[in-house]
Amino acid sequence: MRAQGVLPRWWFGLVGATGIALILGVLHALWFAPTERTMGTVQRIFYYHVSSAWTAFVAFFINFLACLAYLKTRRPKWDAVAVSAAEVGVIFGTVNLITGPIWAKPVWGIWWTWDARLTSTLVMWLLYVSYLLLRQFAAEHPGQRVWAAAFGIFAFVDVPIVYLSIRLWRTQHPGPVIAGGEQSGIDPRMFLALHVCFAAFLLLFIVLFYWRYRLEQQRAELAELRARLQRLHMDRLA
Amino acid sequence: MSYWMATRSIAVKDLRSEARTREMTNAMLFFALLVLVLFSFSFQPATDEERRLASGILWIAFLFAGVSMLDRSFWRERMNECLEALRLTPTSASALLLGKCLANALFLLLAEAILVPLFLVFFDLSFRGAVSAWLLVLALGTWALVVNGTFFAAMTTNLRSRELLLPLLLLPVSVPALIAVVEATAASLLGEGALRVWIQVLIAFDVIYTTLALLLFETVLEGT
Repeated sequence: MRAQGVLPRWWFGLVGATGIALILGVLHALWFAPTERTMGTVQRIFYYHVSSAWTAFVAFFINFLACLAYLKTRRPKWDAVAVSAAEVGVIFGTVNLITGPIWAKPVWGIWWTWDARLTSTLVMWLLYVSYLLLRQFAAEHPGQRVWAAAFGIFAFVDVPIVYLSIRLWRTQHPGPVIAGGEQSGIDPRMFLALHVCFAAFLLLFIVLFYWRYRLEQQRAELAELRARLQRLHMDRLA
Repeated sequence: MSYWMATRSIAVKDLRSEARTREMTNAMLFFALLVLVLFSFSFQPATDEERRLASGILWIAFLFAGVSMLDRSFWRERMNECLEALRLTPTSASALLLGKCLANALFLLLAEAILVPLFLVFFDLSFRGAVSAWLLVLALGTWALVVNGTFFAAMTTNLRSRELLLPLLLLPVSVPALIAVVEATAASLLGEGALRVWIQVLIAFDVIYTTLALLLFETVLEGT
């Protein structure tokens, strides 16, 4: 048995790159990007808010693909990919859901509104928290991995239906809208700041994801070693 | 044995054993009734906006009834390795799921048939829209809860915290169906608003999740 568990060198390189990217992101978001005319300084949270949402989407999409791959191949590594992506995705989703109201209160005058995008992001976050709870409740149970994979597929399929139904639900009562300009043309410096932040968050995602993935693999290895030890004891007793 | 026959025998078996034990219907019905009574203590709808809210209460009662009932669906097979025996029968796993779903949908519809008149009485409501269209909403909404709920019940039945975990899985997945049934019920009660579009959402939801559940059930049973 090869002693694993040491994180590869590229990972440490990536941690350094992520640190630099995050510092660049702060500089761009808080310094280089111009202040938005109507919303003022509070608009700067937008760079983190949108980046975290995009990163969470990427994570949940990876979770979905890994769930499919696990059901197809039954290789534990796909299950490890799925759980790592979901966990880190929930963290980014949480960042997104916290930064949103902080921005909404001064701009819209309210913390929260049940508009299509907000509600479907919240439901998506709830679905993946459920996914993680299922894993936790079913830990040590032989069915854990297939159940989690099946639920991962149920959850991912739900997201577009949730979005559609909430858009139908709330079309009569449109929530407050972003004060023009965000979608219809954005200052190139703002555009750059957003993409620097998104790149930094993606790097951070990869770092956290790989770290978590290795942890999952090590847990599996430990479980296997323990099982072997158990068998060895049994043999000696017999 | 054909697929349909297998499905029917499973459903009949569940109906028969429930008719003999009344293990879940009584408790479920009483629980849902309590929900309705407690809510009617807390508020009485006087305006149309409040009547709109009442439709949410009705579906919360159905949801609680459904969850407490579905939880028993596979739990009843625990004695004498009944689930093992069912899996040994020469039929596909999806027939087992479909049979159980049919039986559960019947139980829930039965409970709803008792709860709806009580709801109308307690909250002093009547249908201003077409009742026949609402019956379709009721059937589609019930199926939406039952198909996912039965599927998840098969996963959670062997876990220690199954009673807690089942609603945690079922509720977030059911969000679109719940929005659709509550809105459609409000539209039927008030006699205004879009009913057709919510029926379409419900049909889409039911078709997608019935297909997924039937496809994945074999896999899920492996774990139990």
